[in-house]
Formats: sequence, structure tokens, C-alpha cells
Amino acid sequence: MTVSVKRRRAKILPQQCVACGTCLDVCPRGALSIFHGSFAQVDITRCVGCGLCARECPAGIIKLEVIE
Amino acid sequence: MKIQQHWYHNLWLWSILYFSLGFVNILFALLGLISFCLPLLFAIFGGNKLFCNRYCDRGQFLRFFGSKLGLSRRHDIPDWMHSNIFRYGFMIFFFAMFGGILYTTWLVYMEINSLSEVVTLFWCLEFPWSWAGTTAVSPAVAQFAFGLYSLMLTSELIALAAMLYYRPRAWCTFCPMGTLTQMICKRKIATKG
Repeated sequence: MTVSVKRRRAKILPQQCVACGTCLDVCPRGALSIFHGSFAQVDITRCVGCGLCARECPAGIIKLEVIE
Repeated sequence: MKIQQHWYHNLWLWSILYFSLGFVNILFALLGLISFCLPLLFAIFGGNKLFCNRYCDRGQFLRFFGSKLGLSRRHDIPDWMHSNIFRYGFMIFFFAMFGGILYTTWLVYMEINSLSEVVTLFWCLEFPWSWAGTTAVSPAVAQFAFGLYSLMLTSELIALAAMLYYRPRAWCTFCPMGTLTQMICKRKIATKG
């Protein structure tokens, strides 16, 4: 029997990000940062896929993707 | 997992204080220039949006009332509202209105027009505001203060409406200062190669 563990992590669409920094404020793991004032980026080693950033993003451009 | 609280999370108090002071004496409206200059300084010299990310009093205000107190209905913002066309269009419109304020100030300075002690909301609705007027400075300075307060109050009301219906910081998606500073930051990256 094989068990597949599904995890989630945040995925940001950089072209549509307005770099407001709302996601930085809510991330409990400090997994998000703003790349030179241009767009938000996710540190996938820190992201636990809690979805708080996706919930707060005013533009709704943070999605949670499922990883195997 | 508890989110750490920082001192700048209380900057929403500055927003309330700013609009309250402008109700008492219009000269306090000039403090609004801080919100114009600081993000530009961060973007030009630091190449970042640290002001938007942390120190924007309006951002913290929307976060506090929309998210912490739960006043936001959290509807999804329509795509057009954070599209580049709308963002840049709104930025141009906003700064054109700021240019209008400077022009009105110039007319008063040249004594072509007299001081108009009104606060103009949404660029067309005039409200008498003479009780906050002052003779301590020249009429041109007072005129600029009235204009700046009108602009700040109008944008605050738009931000508040967007917060109540959409997500807490919906205003940030089309904030003219945010758009301008992001443009500066992107330009800096492009020039660095």
C-alpha cells in the first residue's frame, strides 16, 4: 500500500502582484518577502500552506497549490 | 502560530489623528505630505516599498478595521480593479487632481482667486470648512492645506468603501502612491540589469 501525502503551498503570480506587503504581515512563518519592491515571493522551505496570505491578499493573486 | 505584533501595527492611530486635527485646524492637513514624501524616498533611495509594507498608516488602518475588527465583507476584488490599465489610469487621474490643487494654490498666491475655505470630496462635492481656517499663514498655504485635506479625505473614503466591501486592503491594489513606488522600484531593477 502506498500512502501519498499532499501538502499545500502558496503560489504567487508575480506579474499581477502589487507588492503591498499584506501577505508579509499575516504569514506566521515569515515565508514571504518582497523582491526589490516589485512583487512578493515565497520561500517554499518555510511555507506550510496555511493559506493566511491567500485569504488576505487584496488582489487575490495568491493561490494554494497542492504538491505531492 | 501567533503573528508577532510590531509597533507599526498601531500606525492606524495616526490616520485617525490626522483627520481629527484637520477638522480642528486645516494647517495640520500639511502633515499629509509625509504620506506623499516617505514612500517616494523609500522607493528612490532604498529601491523598496517598505512604507507600503510596514509604515503606511492607511494600510494599518484598513488592516485593523477590516481584518482585526472584522468589518470587511471580503468579497473578491474584480480583475479590472487591479489591472495595470486601471492602476496607472487612476494614478494619472490622482496626480492630475494634485496638480489642480497646486494650480488653485498658485491662483490664490497670485491674488487672482481668493481663499476658498471648503473641503471638496470626490472632486465635486464642496463642504464648508471655515471653522478650521486660519490666518496664521498666507492664504496660498491655507488653500494648499484645504486642497490636500480634500484629496486625503476623498482617498480615505474610497479606501474605506473598498475595505468594507472587498478585502481589508483592497485600496492597496490601486493606491496611486503604491503604483508609483512600484513603478520606481521596477525601473531601478531594470536599470541595474
